[in-house]
Amino acid sequence: MGIWVFAEEISGAPSPGSLELVSKARDFGDVSVFYVGAGSDEAWAALGDHGATAVSHLDTGSTLPSGPAAAALAELVGDASVVLFGMGNTDRDVAGRLAAKLGKPVVANVLDLSVDGAVSVKSEILGGTKAVTTEITTDGPAIVVTRPKAFTASPSGGTAPAVTTVASPDSGRAGAAAITEQHSEDSDGPSLEAADVVVSGGRGLGGAEKFEMMDELAALLGGAVGGTRAVVDAGWVPYSYQVGQTGKTVKPSVYIACGVSGAMQHLVGMKGSNTIIAINKDPEAPIFSVSDLGIVGDLHEVVPQLIEALKARA
Amino acid sequence: MNIAVCVKQIPDPATPYELDDANHWVIRPEDQVLDDTDRSGVEIALQLAEATDGTVTLYSMGPSGSLQGVRQALAMGADEAVIVEDEGLKGSDALTTARILAAAIQQKGFDLVVAGTESTDGYTGVMPQMMSEFLDVPCLSFARKVDAGDGQVTIERQTSTGYDVVAAPIPALVTVTAGIEPRYPTFKGIMQAKSKPVTTMTAADLGVSQDATQVIRSVEPVPAREAGEIVEDDGEAYQKIVALLEDRKVI
Ligand SMILES: Cc1cc2nc3c(=O)[nH]c(=O)nc-3n(C[C@H](O)[C@H](O)[C@H](O)COP(=O)(O)OP(=O)(O)OC[C@H]3O[C@@H](n4cnc5c(N)ncnc54)[C@H](O)[C@@H]3O)c2cc1C
Repeated sequence: MGIWVFAEEISGAPSPGSLELVSKARDFGDVSVFYVGAGSDEAWAALGDHGATAVSHLDTGSTLPSGPAAAALAELVGDASVVLFGMGNTDRDVAGRLAAKLGKPVVANVLDLSVDGAVSVKSEILGGTKAVTTEITTDGPAIVVTRPKAFTASPSGGTAPAVTTVASPDSGRAGAAAITEQHSEDSDGPSLEAADVVVSGGRGLGGAEKFEMMDELAALLGGAVGGTRAVVDAGWVPYSYQVGQTGKTVKPSVYIACGVSGAMQHLVGMKGSNTIIAINKDPEAPIFSVSDLGIVGDLHEVVPQLIEALKARA
Repeated sequence: MNIAVCVKQIPDPATPYELDDANHWVIRPEDQVLDDTDRSGVEIALQLAEATDGTVTLYSMGPSGSLQGVRQALAMGADEAVIVEDEGLKGSDALTTARILAAAIQQKGFDLVVAGTESTDGYTGVMPQMMSEFLDVPCLSFARKVDAGDGQVTIERQTSTGYDVVAAPIPALVTVTAGIEPRYPTFKGIMQAKSKPVTTMTAADLGVSQDATQVIRSVEPVPAREAGEIVEDDGEAYQKIVALLEDRKVI
């Protein structure tokens, strides 16, 4: 038995999502973490502080992690009840490969789970309009992919976990992909996922240069800038800005959507925000159905006025 | 290069989806459309095939209906399609779908498999990775750019902080994001699509069966967030935003 959490190293630390999962997993017993990355004493301390009792550490170097990580995990999790993953790209890669190796199903978009003999999960389907409760009826580990921020990261004050180094398994052709270059597109200011205010731009902005206006507004509010997939696909902002089903999930105090239509794949990533403000010229835009305050108007007028008013107060 | 592209026919996303009461499966009409996420995959495959004098074969699992969605992908320029349709496959999860598609692709062989990152209607988001395991190939995932040649495929893979360049020898599987702008079918393409070969297979033809591994206990509507105040901008609406920001203590 036991519960495993997959943790990818991001910028030298366990991914924020993995700490949320470790915190939740404490409810079900001893938590083992499978950690992929260079690793460090700080990383082990962070995992221990959130409740991990054991860490298996695999450093895949310049190999794309999914092949070797799935092969190594398959050897470790045989009698586990649950293996928890987040929605990160590498999380999904490893979860899929592991499931196929073990012949086990994956339940995804999970918002809650209970492990009480049987494993039962609650997930959202159809763009978050319906909630499904599913019971997993196979023996052996249930592979569960959870939505970001479904659980809260909460330190338990635990001590450093026991760390075991995992030797890189021979994963054959599955492990034949190599990372040859890494590019970081980090932005200034608070991270999108942690920011208290998020200013988000959609295709209605009309062009990449209009994101300067978003930057200015965000700076005045001490917030971060996000965007829709449409503006990411158009190359106006990097993918790290994307909010939604295939991007980041944010739950700030205030979310300001400018020129965002409110497609269901976007709403999934932001409708948990405390207060939602939308500016859109189309009175029928679906974003208004989740907004606390909706302004039907031209963002190119409203946003500059808002910026001036905020500057005047500063 | 021999390229396999996974495509899915889905109910038009502009229409509200209904679930059947007995099994909670999405009700699928005769006329389904090509999932938008697959268009980028078809586009990449066509570009690579054009550059290497290769072929593009579409693979799809699910009720074929009028084949409208598959014809849309054929109209973009794909050469032929293989559909796996089987009453016994209704309600299949990602694992069964991956087994089926991998088995169908294996029958004809491939150099490269291309898939979207997740379907619009189901979005489990792990099916291509499962397929790569069944096909025993590396999975170069979340590609916003793909190049192939000299027995090698190279992508730009989206990461949470930017992107990585990832390379692997062929055969391989690639999943693509919507960053790759798909072409519109031409009139000629639409006409030709009507007579392109479409082969239909069953699960038994592929020697794959579905195993029930999960049971849906309940499906409930999620309470909608209540809409608040909507105001028409009269030149002063920004003041409402300022007032709300004050109220929420962010300024
Ligand atoms: C599988 C899948 C996954 C997806 N994942 C995501 C995701 O993670 N995140 C995401 O955001 N999307 C995602 N999408 C895409 C999503 O469906 C929408 O296409 C996208 O969110 C639309 O972006 P948009 O609102 O910027 O553009 P549009 O839908 O084009 O909306 C632009 C809006 O701007 C308004 N506008 C135009 N001019 C002005 C003006 N001058 N003033 C005010 N308003 C103006 C218009 O009225 C319109 O409402 C996904 C899609 C699929 C199929």
